Amino acid sequence: MTVTFPQKSLPWLLLLPQLLITAIFFLWPAEQALEQAFYQEDAFGLSREFVGLENFLDLFTDPLYYQSILTTLVFSFSVAIVGMSLALLLAVMADRVIRGKLAYQTLLIWPYAVAPALAGVLWWILFDPSMGPIALWLKSAGVDWNHYLDGNQAMILVVIASTWKQISYNFLFFLAGLQAVPRSLIEAAAIDGASPFKRFWTIVFPLLSPTTFFLLVVNLVYAFFETFGVIDATTKGGPGQSTTTLVYKVFDDGFVGLDLGGSAAQSVVLMAIVGLMTVIQFRFIERKVQYS
Amino acid sequence: MHNLKLASVVVGLSIASSGFAATQIEWWHAMGGANGEKVNEIAKAFNDSQDAYEVKPVYKGNYTETMTSAIAAFRAKQQPAIVQVFEVGTASMMAAKGAIYPVYKLMRESGQSFDESAYLSAVTGYYTNSDGQMLSMPFNSSTTVLYYNKDLFKKAGISQAPKTWQEVESAAKKLQASGVTCGFTTAWQSWVQLENLSARHNVPFATLDNGFGGLKTELKFNGPLQVAHVTKMGEWQKNGVFSYSGRTNDGAAKFYSQECGMFTESSAGYAGIKRNAKFDFGVAELPYWEGKVKQPSNTIIGGASLWVLQGHSKEEYKGVASFLSYLSRASVQADWHQFSGYLPITKAAYDLTKGQGFYAANPGTETGVMQMTTGTPTANTKGLRLGNFVQIRGIIDEALESVWSGDVDAQTALNTAVERGNVQLRKFEKAND
Repeated sequence: MTVTFPQKSLPWLLLLPQLLITAIFFLWPAEQALEQAFYQEDAFGLSREFVGLENFLDLFTDPLYYQSILTTLVFSFSVAIVGMSLALLLAVMADRVIRGKLAYQTLLIWPYAVAPALAGVLWWILFDPSMGPIALWLKSAGVDWNHYLDGNQAMILVVIASTWKQISYNFLFFLAGLQAVPRSLIEAAAIDGASPFKRFWTIVFPLLSPTTFFLLVVNLVYAFFETFGVIDATTKGGPGQSTTTLVYKVFDDGFVGLDLGGSAAQSVVLMAIVGLMTVIQFRFIERKVQYS
Repeated sequence: MHNLKLASVVVGLSIASSGFAATQIEWWHAMGGANGEKVNEIAKAFNDSQDAYEVKPVYKGNYTETMTSAIAAFRAKQQPAIVQVFEVGTASMMAAKGAIYPVYKLMRESGQSFDESAYLSAVTGYYTNSDGQMLSMPFNSSTTVLYYNKDLFKKAGISQAPKTWQEVESAAKKLQASGVTCGFTTAWQSWVQLENLSARHNVPFATLDNGFGGLKTELKFNGPLQVAHVTKMGEWQKNGVFSYSGRTNDGAAKFYSQECGMFTESSAGYAGIKRNAKFDFGVAELPYWEGKVKQPSNTIIGGASLWVLQGHSKEEYKGVASFLSYLSRASVQADWHQFSGYLPITKAAYDLTKGQGFYAANPGTETGVMQMTTGTPTANTKGLRLGNFVQIRGIIDEALESVWSGDVDAQTALNTAVERGNVQLRKFEKAND
């Protein structure tokens, strides 16, 4: 059934707030970034010079930029995969709990309320090589933890710090997804003698695939765009450039280094990458998703 | 009814206060914690001392955030009259000729008496133009010193604070023999182990007088002295004489926990160390390499200075000038110096502090001042004036980290850093030509 409005202007009026928000907070800044990417200017905006594609050329002739792309991919997929698997595990567990269900669920959702920078500081303290409890425990277990020197350990640290927060979000969606799985299907399978494990993989997991797909997109976008606070609070992109992701580089070059043109060029590239990624996900992965 | 009464009181108050409209002067700063409270106190004392002007200090976050907000505000024409900018932002501020109001000019045009020779040249030199005129007012300046754990030294049988890097090495080995895990750690590695290393040995860090001579400067910190030092530090990282603890001053934790017996840090770290160290500690001058220099030169400063921004009324600038004069008063300076551990900026403040017996009562607090004022600053020790210096420091951090982790040798790492840093300098030159 189609709803029709008596006047033509009413639907537009109703859409207006959303359109305005999109225009002001997305389209306008995006246009500004696009324009800025073709200029080089001093920090105060006193002089401005059109440089054509130079900012982009600088980026693509810099081997460290490619390194940063690679770092971002490793980081983002680690965050998405680790975050989603743990959240799924927790959701399955919480779904089975009968007594005190609400308490468990609330506790698991809590970390989401913590600001990214705070989460970063928290993990930074826990893993501080000379006084962090986890680092000291690792040392006593024979692992020489020093993320100031070891790039892989630094990567593990930022992945943990970024994932921790996201687990709550994923958990919430997985739990809702699990509760929507019809009991009758599971019971029928149980009667047929399918083990709990088999029931999960052949019935529950496929039925969860729309949720999983949605979360994959959201998690990748989160890891790509919203994690610079965590990285800034923990490793500042180091050691070397081992945790300098693309978005951290945008922040660092733009806000710390005040190189507006270079930073704008990077955000344009980042916009393109995420656009491309989303298209790929919807074209290829979504085909495998079963919407009931 | 109650609310209405309250509202009328508030309205009444605001009318009353606008009655004696003192000219408001906004001062954006980056001093958090105890120093931030002190800044408020200083502003309040100034406001109470006269009624024509009212200085309003606003805390804007760390140095980077403060500078970025001031620049963003300038672009939006909402800039404060005074902003505190860290030393690495100096070249960017200087190059923005249309945005800043040089302090020497402000003082002259507002008719404030201003004697530049009253200031310590080792401090103000960082902020003067090629004619020796002060462009900004130094506020909180510090330099690099060596802190050492006297208790651990005693246990290891070391009687004297190390003067040279050779002595640091032997002290570290003795400490290790007595059961201490690491000899020393450092804060701000680029500032301490490269910039000040170069100054201490009177070796250039960049061409054209470390950038004071113009925008065409090129980095030179891949010379034999710096390579030898970084190579040695790389070895020390392996045998525990040195232990790397991050790019900022996180290494303090290793010094407090007595994991490391020595710590090269800012002289302004004194207050924090005094609060946290549960042992007797001493302050020594920054070590130098024996045989590489006869008489070590003064080190260069870090910290921040106050810049005056364009776009305010004459009346406001008069207030700014009188506030800056107030800040330079010996009593105000001495108080700030003694409270925060930052260097005094005038000779009078230094003499006053000395006369009050502060240095005698707080051993180690004079070390930084002494080290700064030995000899006359040379072209290599006056300071550094490099565009995009924030990024260059980042590049240096990355290079040093690759040496500490054993991935590359010092020469290669420093060569790469110089090359990448020069790209930043050229970019800055182009944007500010």
